[in-house]
Amino acid sequence: MTWFSRTTRRRALKRPSPWSRHALLAVGGFIVGLMSVGALLAPWLAPFDPNLINVDALLRAPSAEHLMGTDALGRDVFSRILFGGRVSLWVGFVAVGIATSIGLVLGLMAGYFGRLVDEIIMRGVDVMLCFPSFFLILAVIAFLEPSLTNIMVVIGLTGWMGVARLVRAETLTIRERDYVLAARAAGAGSGRIIFRHILPNALAPVLVSATLGVAGAILTESSLSFLGLGVQPPDASWGNMLLEGKEVLGIAWWLSVFPGLAILVTVLGYNLLGESLRDLLDPRLKQ
Amino acid sequence: MGKHYKVTSGLLGLKTDAVRAVDGVSLTVSKGETLGLVGESGCGKSTLAKCVMGLESISSGRIVFQDRDVSDWPEKALRRKMQMIFQDPYSSLNPRQKIGSIIREGLDIHSIGTRAERRARVQELLGLVGLRPEHGTRYPHEFSGGQRQRVAVARTLALDPDLIVCDEPVSALDVSVQAQILRLLKTLQTRLDLTYVFISHDLSVVSHIADRVAVMYLGRIMEIGPGADIFATPRHPYTEALLSAVLTPDPTRRTERIPLSGELPSPMNPPSGCPFHPRCPKAFERCPQERPELRETAPGVQVACWLY
Repeated sequence: MTWFSRTTRRRALKRPSPWSRHALLAVGGFIVGLMSVGALLAPWLAPFDPNLINVDALLRAPSAEHLMGTDALGRDVFSRILFGGRVSLWVGFVAVGIATSIGLVLGLMAGYFGRLVDEIIMRGVDVMLCFPSFFLILAVIAFLEPSLTNIMVVIGLTGWMGVARLVRAETLTIRERDYVLAARAAGAGSGRIIFRHILPNALAPVLVSATLGVAGAILTESSLSFLGLGVQPPDASWGNMLLEGKEVLGIAWWLSVFPGLAILVTVLGYNLLGESLRDLLDPRLKQ
Repeated sequence: MGKHYKVTSGLLGLKTDAVRAVDGVSLTVSKGETLGLVGESGCGKSTLAKCVMGLESISSGRIVFQDRDVSDWPEKALRRKMQMIFQDPYSSLNPRQKIGSIIREGLDIHSIGTRAERRARVQELLGLVGLRPEHGTRYPHEFSGGQRQRVAVARTLALDPDLIVCDEPVSALDVSVQAQILRLLKTLQTRLDLTYVFISHDLSVVSHIADRVAVMYLGRIMEIGPGADIFATPRHPYTEALLSAVLTPDPTRRTERIPLSGELPSPMNPPSGCPFHPRCPKAFERCPQERPELRETAPGVQVACWLY
């Protein structure tokens, strides 16, 4: 065997190491886990009441007592970050839950029943996608009052189109599999075929898109709060903390940097988790 | 019966063509027998099978099952009487369902028996197809192709059907496993008094199992008769060509291979007259002009060819 053929063979055998993929999954999972624990246990982990005003400690830099410093009203930034994380997590999960449920139902119906049902649902998707969703959310929130519930519902109602398209595509392929034909041959009705045969086999990509969706929803909520249309003061959210920090950026960098980092790291975590789940679950990417 | 698929093309779908996947096929299968259906890919075997099963609607003609037109049958009752085995045991079993649940599904759908009775029936079926009772709690990916096909067989038997349509049931399996599954199907047939419609492109497989054989080409039946008869003395030139392509492991029996030229014509635009004439080595003037109908040339043997 010549030198040439040996190296080409080795190159052909070389594939992305499974370790890098698992490492990303681990990092993403760790970040998401850490943020979730921090948010869930905020009342016990926070050293101070997040809304406690302390006029004796205004704009203090990070120290052993105040890990991330204090803001213009003397509130502890670390405690507010923890409580802000609860908002982000809650918004992320509820909004994605709403979007995924709508997308699943509509996608399954469009893919399974086809024809007119498909046409109506998918043209509805097209129409929804025409709106720049962030401005739609802004407009709706400006009309309604900016409460946490409204934000979650509106983000959910404007985010289901991707899931619907995904589920429809999956349904179209699964519908033609022989096990669905076998179920029909045995006399199975539409409900049984959809829920026993199609749905369980279409769930993997939905899980991935939901994970990535959480990151998007967290970002949207932060942006809304930053614009003053999200969580209202005095309640903490990473977005409105950034808004407050903006005024004193020159003299108190910690007010902007820590909420910013919190958003960055959390979104990164969900994206890493989602991407590596996709690699793991998508059989088309498996060698 | 016939099955035509509408094909729309052109701007706004104004042009409509029909693909005659199955065209003017008339078959009878008697209780307890195995009818082999052979032909190359794309000749309409599987479409015929799906029409018989009611998984595809038919465009013309009718299907009579146990002296009653299938459209007169109550849907649920008919579903219990006929079942189907598919070619690929990897796509015919739901990967997210346990084997036991796959086999039990028919019983669940038709609410037959109590939970305990259904479970007992699944155990019995697993034994019947040569699997162990504990296999019921496993998932399809834990099994080999042959074992999966046994599961598929067990699933079809759950509802105690009279007719089983086998669509290339062994084509995706290793040769050694093919023989096992064929033997299993034969044993089950005598034990449970089953009727098979057995589709295959593999003539040696069909010769093993079929009592009668129908040869299909381009959606039509070319020749039909008792299996032994057709394999010993093929009459239609297409059957001859098919048989000559079968490899025999016996070096002393060298058969003259009849090569077929050309591709299978499109069923959207089938040749005039006899559909086989453009590739037929024995074609003469009459073949492109008139279509031969099936005619009895020997007892029980019908051939659609102007040579007879």
